[in-house]
Parts: sequence; C-alpha cells; structure tokens
Amino acid sequence: MTPAPAQLVIALVLLPLAAAAFMLLFGAERRRMKAAINVASTALGLALALALAWQVHAQGAPAVFAVHLPGNWPVPYGIVLVADRLAALMAVLAASVALAALLFALPRWQHAGMHFHALLQLQLMGLYGAFLTGDLFNLFVFVEVLLAASYGLLLHGGGLARVASGLHYIALNLAASLLLLVGIAVVYGVTGTLNMADIARALPLVPPSDRGLLHAGAAILAVAFLAKAAVWPLGFWLPAAYAAASAPAAAVFAILTKVGVYALLRLWTLCFAATAGASAGFGGQALVWGGLATLGFGTLGMLASQQLARVTAYSVMASAGTLVAATGFGVPALAAGALFYLVSSTLAAAALFLLVELLERSREVERGPQVFDDGRPTLVRFDEAEPPANVNLDDDERALIGRPIPAALAWLGVSFMICALAVAGLPPLAGFVAKLAMLEALVPLGRTPAWLMYALLIGSGLLAAVAMVRVGMRHLWTPAERPAPRLRAAEGVPVAALALALVAVVLQGEALLGYTRAAAASLHAPGEYIRAVTGTRPLARAAAAPAR
Amino acid sequence: MELVVSLAVGVMAAAGVWLLLRPRTFQVLIGLALLSYAVNLFIFSVGSLSLGKAPVVHAGVAADLAHYTDPLPQALVLTAIVIGFATTALFLVVLLALRGLAGGDHVDGREGEP
Repeated sequence: MTPAPAQLVIALVLLPLAAAAFMLLFGAERRRMKAAINVASTALGLALALALAWQVHAQGAPAVFAVHLPGNWPVPYGIVLVADRLAALMAVLAASVALAALLFALPRWQHAGMHFHALLQLQLMGLYGAFLTGDLFNLFVFVEVLLAASYGLLLHGGGLARVASGLHYIALNLAASLLLLVGIAVVYGVTGTLNMADIARALPLVPPSDRGLLHAGAAILAVAFLAKAAVWPLGFWLPAAYAAASAPAAAVFAILTKVGVYALLRLWTLCFAATAGASAGFGGQALVWGGLATLGFGTLGMLASQQLARVTAYSVMASAGTLVAATGFGVPALAAGALFYLVSSTLAAAALFLLVELLERSREVERGPQVFDDGRPTLVRFDEAEPPANVNLDDDERALIGRPIPAALAWLGVSFMICALAVAGLPPLAGFVAKLAMLEALVPLGRTPAWLMYALLIGSGLLAAVAMVRVGMRHLWTPAERPAPRLRAAEGVPVAALALALVAVVLQGEALLGYTRAAAASLHAPGEYIRAVTGTRPLARAAAAPAR
Repeated sequence: MELVVSLAVGVMAAAGVWLLLRPRTFQVLIGLALLSYAVNLFIFSVGSLSLGKAPVVHAGVAADLAHYTDPLPQALVLTAIVIGFATTALFLVVLLALRGLAGGDHVDGREGEP
C-alpha cells in the first residue's frame, strides 16, 4: 500500500487542530483573518477527506484501509488511526456540512461570539478523529473534544434559551461520557486491549465465565452511544438543544448525532459479527427495537411541532432511529441503504437548519429584531445595515449590496421544497433512493421487526411530508401581505449548495450506492479490518535503516 | 481491600446519581463530580487491585503482572481526570451564566410548578 493515504489520515486530524491553535493567538479584532483561515482550513479538510475517500475506494478491493500509527508503536499498544470507506464517507460529510455552515455564518453569525472560528475547527478535529480512530479510548477522547467544542457552539449567540438548554445538554453528555468510560474500562478488563481490531480478535476467545461481564460492558458502552445518537428513550434532550442553537451551529450538529450512530455501526459490526462465537449478534434486537421506537417517536414529534426548527430537530431524531434500527439487523444490503440515507438526511437536516433562520427572519419583521439579553447592541439586520463607503450604488443611489433578492421568496420556496422532499423521502430525491434501497433489503428478511420497519419507513415518510408541507404553507404560502423576506446572496449560497448536493447525490446515485454497498460489505466482514490493522508494522527508525 | 474500594465506588455513584437528579444546578454539578470520582476509582480497580506494586518497570525485576500493577488503567484514569475536570469547569461557567440570566439556580432556568 502506498504511504499517501496513511499520511492523509493524520493530516485530516492535524489540520483543524493547527488552524484552531493558530486562531486562538489572535483577538477579536482579527476576525477577517480568522474567517479566511477557517474557510481555507475547512475547504482543505474537505479536499483531504475527498482524496482519502477516493484513495480508499479507487483501489477496487472489497475492503481497503489506510492505517496510520501516530506514535509508531507496534499495533496493540499504540494508538492507531484507520480509514476505510465508512470513515472516509463520514469525514467528507462532516467537512461539507461544516463548510456550508461556516459560509452561512460569515455575514452575520460570526460576529455573535469571539471564538466561533476556533470552536468550529476544534469541532471538526473531534469529528475527524472520532471517525478515523481505531482505538476505543482514543474514540472517547475525540468524542470529548467534539463535545467540548459543541458546548461552545451551542452557547454561541447567548441568551437564556441557549444557556438553559446548553446546561441540560452538557449535564446529559457528561453523564453519558461517564458511562462510556465505565464501558471502556470493563471491556479492557475482560479483553486486556483497547485496540478495536484487537478487541474483535480477542472476543471469541473470552472464557464463558467472563462473557457476562463483557456483555455488560458492551451494553453500557452502547447505552452511552445511544444517548449521544438520541435514541428513544435517551434522546429527549435533542429537540430543545438543537432548536435553541444558532443556525450555523445547528447545521453542524446535524452530523453530531451521526457520531453515535457511526460508533454503534463500527463497534457492533466489528465485535459482534457472525464470526464472534458465542457473542455473535449480541444486542441486535435492542438496537432494532430502540431504533424503531425512535423512528416512531421522531415522526410523531415532527407532526406535533409548530416551529420549523423543532420539526427539523425531530427529523434528525427520526433519521438516527432509522439508522440504528438498520444497523441492528446486521444485513449488508440494509446497511448500504442506511448509509445512503445517512448522507441524504444529514445534508437535508443541515440545509433545513440554515433555512429555518432565513424563513424565521421574514417573520422577524413582524416580531421585531432579535434582542440579546446581555445588554449588547443587537446585531444589525441586513436590510437596515448602513452601506459601507465606496460601495456600488444604483440609479436611486441605494447600495447594491444588502438589497433584497427579487426572487428571494421563490428561491426560499425551491430550497425548502428540495429539503422537504429529501427529509420525507419522496421521489425524485436522494431520500427516496435510500428508502427504496432499505425497503428492498427488508423484504427478504421476513421477520416481524422487518415488516414493522417497512411499515414505519413508509408511514414516517407520509407523516414527515405532512409536517413539512404544513410548516411550508405557514412560512411561504400564507403570508401574502407580509413584506418579502430579505436575504443576502452570501447566505443563500451555502443553502443552495447543500440543496444542489442533495440533487447531485441522486444524480450520482448509482456511484454512491456502489460506494455504500462496498462500505457495508466490508463492515459486515470484519476479518479484513482486523487483518489490516493488526498486520500493520511500525516504520523502521531512521537510525536503524542504514544498518540493514 | 476489594470491599473498601467497591463500597467507595458504590456510595459515591449512588450519591452522584441522587444529586444529578436534583433540581438545583449546584447539586447537579457536585453530583457529576462525585460520579466522575466513582468512575475514576472504578477504572483504577479494573486493572486488578494490588498493594505495593509499581506500574513502572525497574531494572532486574521480571516485567510481568506478578511484580507490577497494570499501568494502562492508571494512564486512562489520568486522562479521564483531566477531561472530567475541564468539562466540569465548563459546566460551572454555564451554571453561573444561567444564574445570571435567569436569576435563580433551578436547572430549567425557572421554578417548576409547586
């Protein structure tokens, strides 16, 4: 294997860390420079993630991995970073969502707090690290990094609603992290290793007397990840927190629940595959039923919500439920459809969270501008901002920037429609392709939970469509006499980019589905992963090289 | 010794869970701190408890678990302490911010119905 992918793996983690550390050296007055660094670093991260995905996929083998040993220790002892198709896909998704949220934040939201740019980079570092690590404790550390950054991002903008929901969010995540630690400790105590591949290798050899303890540890670990994935009944924190977050932060959070889903998918398929001896398939039923309950609860929540932000938050919950349930069946074809669904639902939720603010702003004209309760002057609204000097002026000597886009409402409507179609899973967009792939995989299973999931997937699509159409009518159709929404092109571009990405995903559907099929196939045949990781040798030392 | 350690873990975890479910923010903070102590002790005990054994290898003593205690749980506990300390400090800041904004110390930012 060429060394290039292995270097890409570590570069993806180091890049945002270096960018964040550099940005922290400068105060609030260098915001323009920080924004430039942030955009450059996020875009470069997206390019690196795409290159990684391409490198991992292009080699054509059923399971290809890029393995990097950061400390150059032999495998079971040091930390190991592993990129396979799933990890690379998640990294690409995280980078795209973060880039859109960042571009959206540039005109307005970046001014609401000092360290927005550094926090976003640290958030990205935690996300990349959590997706790429192959070590259980290292996974905990990266999850803590991304959570710590998300606490800051959730509070971005201030206000009682954000601080109150932030307190709940932090308390819940701290408790879940403690459970994660307990689970890791028990698994270490039984298997004697923290390397995920090594754990999977050691699992069938665990003596029967220790197997109960091992299962208890794995279950505690799963509870921690299920809480982070907002699975019912551990997910009641999600709607309040996500609806209170500022638009760019909420858009980034669209990928956060997917971290819990990713960890479950990775660890469960790795450790409890059919080859795991007495532990094969442990807990799959719990994942299926928990996921189905979440899907049902999230769908009902969408229907019961009045605000678009809460509708979107519940749709994030429903998509997490779908993914967890699909994971629990342990069928590659179903997991392939679920991974496709993960891409489309994350992009759609991020775009919707950004759209919420643009739509709500047109209602703000009635309600009056947003008031910050710490006495700071409110952020200037775009339609009221003084045009800077030397700006282009039109015939009426009005500034050409900050002008309402004439077709703003039509544009908002089209973007909203694309997102709504994707969330509800209606044709012709990506959500439909994903749901079709999952339904197709469910039919041959022929078990009660499979039929229940079949029904729930179709039913939740219908109810989601009802909820989205209702909200859309209230925001876009009914307010005929309301002034037209005003928005800047700079804020429209990221939303449009996400909507276009949704369209592109369906246009390239076969290619992406091929990718997710290969990813799911290698997930459900963990032998390749274990061989690739445990077979990696540290590099020879430079001093030792000439002696040979 | 196993009994003492398990009792300490159990009592601290029980007290932590009780405090975590209380309605005042400071109680929640102390509850989280107690829970993290309990978890740290628990991780420490996973490497099997032993008296008077060092985790660092000395010259001339065979490097096996008969002569040493497992160093990895101790490293994990160190990391967990640092991370727990930082996040608890962050929680304290949010607690104070909520108190400033809401004027009370209820976790919901307002007093519940009596």
